[in-house]
Amino acid sequence: MKALRDYLNRIKPNFEPEGKLHAFRSVFDGLETFLYTPNTTSDSGVNIHDSLDSKRVMIIVVLALMPCLLFGMYNTGYQNWLAAGADNFPFWEIMAYGFLSVLPRIVVAYVVGLGIEFVVAQWRREEIQEGFLVTGILIPLVCPVETPLWMIAVATAFSVIFVKEVFGGTGYNVFNVALVTRAVLFFGYPAQMSGDKVFVASRSICGLGFDLPDAFSGATPLGQIASFTGGDLQLLNLKGNVVSAWDAFIGLIPGSFGETSTLAILIGAVILLVTGIASWRIMLSVVAGGLLMGWVANFFATPTYPASFLSPVDQLLFGGFAFAAVFMATDPVTAARTNAGKYFYGLLVGAMAILIRTYNNGYPEGAMLAVLLGNAFAPLIDYCVVQLNVARRMRRMRG
Amino acid sequence: MRKTIGLKKGLNLHLEGGLVSYDVSGFVCPSRVAVEPDDFPGFMPKLEVKEGDPVKVGSPLFHDKVHDGMKLVSPVSGIVESIVRGPRRKIERIVISVDSVSDVLSVLPFSGSNAGDVRDFLLKSGLWIMMRRRPFDVVPDPSDSPVSIMVTAMDTAPLALPLERMIEGRDSDIKAGLAILKKLTSGKIYIGVDEGSMLHDFGDAEVVRFPNLHPAGNAGVQLANIRPVNKGDVAWTVDILTVARIGRLAVSGVPDWETMVAVTGSEITDPSVIKTVVGAEMSVLLEGRIKSDEKPRRVISGNVLTGIPVGVDGYLRYPYRQVTVIPEGSDADEFMGWASMSPSKMSVNPSFIGHFLKRSFAPDARLNGGRRAMIMSGVYDKVFPMDILPEYLIKAILARDIDRMEALGIYEVAPEDFALAEYVDPSKLELQKIVRQGLDYLRGQV
Repeated sequence: MKALRDYLNRIKPNFEPEGKLHAFRSVFDGLETFLYTPNTTSDSGVNIHDSLDSKRVMIIVVLALMPCLLFGMYNTGYQNWLAAGADNFPFWEIMAYGFLSVLPRIVVAYVVGLGIEFVVAQWRREEIQEGFLVTGILIPLVCPVETPLWMIAVATAFSVIFVKEVFGGTGYNVFNVALVTRAVLFFGYPAQMSGDKVFVASRSICGLGFDLPDAFSGATPLGQIASFTGGDLQLLNLKGNVVSAWDAFIGLIPGSFGETSTLAILIGAVILLVTGIASWRIMLSVVAGGLLMGWVANFFATPTYPASFLSPVDQLLFGGFAFAAVFMATDPVTAARTNAGKYFYGLLVGAMAILIRTYNNGYPEGAMLAVLLGNAFAPLIDYCVVQLNVARRMRRMRG
Repeated sequence: MRKTIGLKKGLNLHLEGGLVSYDVSGFVCPSRVAVEPDDFPGFMPKLEVKEGDPVKVGSPLFHDKVHDGMKLVSPVSGIVESIVRGPRRKIERIVISVDSVSDVLSVLPFSGSNAGDVRDFLLKSGLWIMMRRRPFDVVPDPSDSPVSIMVTAMDTAPLALPLERMIEGRDSDIKAGLAILKKLTSGKIYIGVDEGSMLHDFGDAEVVRFPNLHPAGNAGVQLANIRPVNKGDVAWTVDILTVARIGRLAVSGVPDWETMVAVTGSEITDPSVIKTVVGAEMSVLLEGRIKSDEKPRRVISGNVLTGIPVGVDGYLRYPYRQVTVIPEGSDADEFMGWASMSPSKMSVNPSFIGHFLKRSFAPDARLNGGRRAMIMSGVYDKVFPMDILPEYLIKAILARDIDRMEALGIYEVAPEDFALAEYVDPSKLELQKIVRQGLDYLRGQV
């Protein structure tokens, strides 16, 4: 470790304002502070600081996403094997296949996003910020596995620049960057981003997996509901077997890469809640809002809106709801910041997700839009809570 | 009536180098003391002495530019050794070489009767500027008529000596001091004490009990939970030791600038309580007490949260009660500290093993991260036991939005109330500095 420290100290002058590599100062800074905790000491105010910093916060979120990522790799391979009609499922080959299919997407998201972050940090003469560590892994997880790489690149660049950097960078954005990326893809390339072609990997990679026929169709359960035209609604997997709530909980169903397994998401939720990084208030109230709206929809179930036949619990297990509740709605920057506001925000997000999913047959899934709507309303919700505090103070003054 | 106010929010930091016993190890007479006008926000110092002038205990060193009668006095007798100036010739401190601590300028017990006499008496004695006022957390204005006076008789700061230990056996002084202060307010005087305290009611003053959970000992927190400061109100805050000093001066006419200092911190070999005078030089307090190995250390006058790093050649600063010495940490080379699972890392966050351990920590002065925008929400609230939304108040201050600052309660707070929030903040924002600048800005505007 000493050698590395010495090496960094030796090359550091090159990145100072007069050095020949000063154009890469932010990159060097980012790397140096990542490797070695800066030994800057406080020059005013408190003399000691808590050990928690934003790097650790972000890394914990990335860790919490690992179960989803690993499960997503397995599921991607599993769906390919299943669609090809395979009978045995070799674990390591499936994992390798899933790994190879997601790796380019992660790399593209990180290279594009971090690249922009580094440039902006250099330009503003600021330290590089860690926010994109999480965003970069979220993006591949919420996209269908067959999303073309160039689309991920374009959408990532768009949202990092126009949703985050123009507002001032990490901590100032109004909307969740990863979700806007998803929304840009969804609305910009509807043909490629929805339907029954994109959710199952259909090409073999490096000799692993199977090439599926072009006519192959692998609709997600919610996709099947949205295109349901009458008769007996049965959700089927790629083999034509019925998908149960248990299957949806485990997550071996077609869907966006990291969103299918409620189990993996729950493991992530436990990590986030135990470490106190995500707000339990938001998670709880999103689930409550979802259950409530699911129950209302189910109570007034009608064939016009086939999703209303799903039980409230099914509503939570299918689609991106659980992922949104745990990882998207809880983004502290874009969620409500007051404690009371968090309950309202969560209820709004949960209820809207089910509302959109159930009563708009054009959108098989509503979680993404619900969280973005929640983001838009969060400042208003907080404003109301803050005004209550202000009103208490005014009343006290008059009284 | 004895009220107890239960506060749930707050945080007691468990640091190494705490006092093992509260026994005082004799009087230590420094060879130099310093008086620093910066310790008294709102006081605009004008010199009354030159280098080489002889001074006695109680001799005025400065007076205020606006209120001539408001003095900052010498706590010792001796010679003005130097007048240290900083950038733009601003006076940083007057250093006095000490002859004696008992040779007083004049023995003048309080003889007046009305509020005006009390005011002049306190202003001249140098005890007036030991008090603070809300709003703005500055030295009270002589024209103030406070709606309440909050006397703090507990110190919940990390490693602090309980304030009650400093006033043992001084009940009569305190009674006399409260009687003096009572003449200055038409409202109530409250004394905030630890819930386990033996202190009883003193005449008109009402004793209110608080849990021993920092920052419950802060005057602002106590006021906010008894009688919050509204816009247009003025409340004074003063510690009980100052009340005792006022009482003694009023009764006997002899100024009392003795203090007890808790010398604490992980870099101190035997943490102990030392009796000395205010403004004493650090070297005499720390002599033989700092660990012997060579490494950078931070010598703080005060506690780790609100104290000022003064260095080993510095002086004891207001409120003259504590010295803490911790490692500076500037020599540390920590590889990927953000990933550390070391049990010696102190944190309120459960992702650190240390969070679950019942042990004391020896943190250094590093920021432990880079400065960031406010990212996490609700972090400050957990250590902020007032009906105020700290995040929003900070944002209003940063935006210099006066109406919003007022609406969100800036008149109720002092920088020290944000110290714990600053400690826990993962974005490492300088909250106390921000609040101080906000208060100064607002004071300049209204």
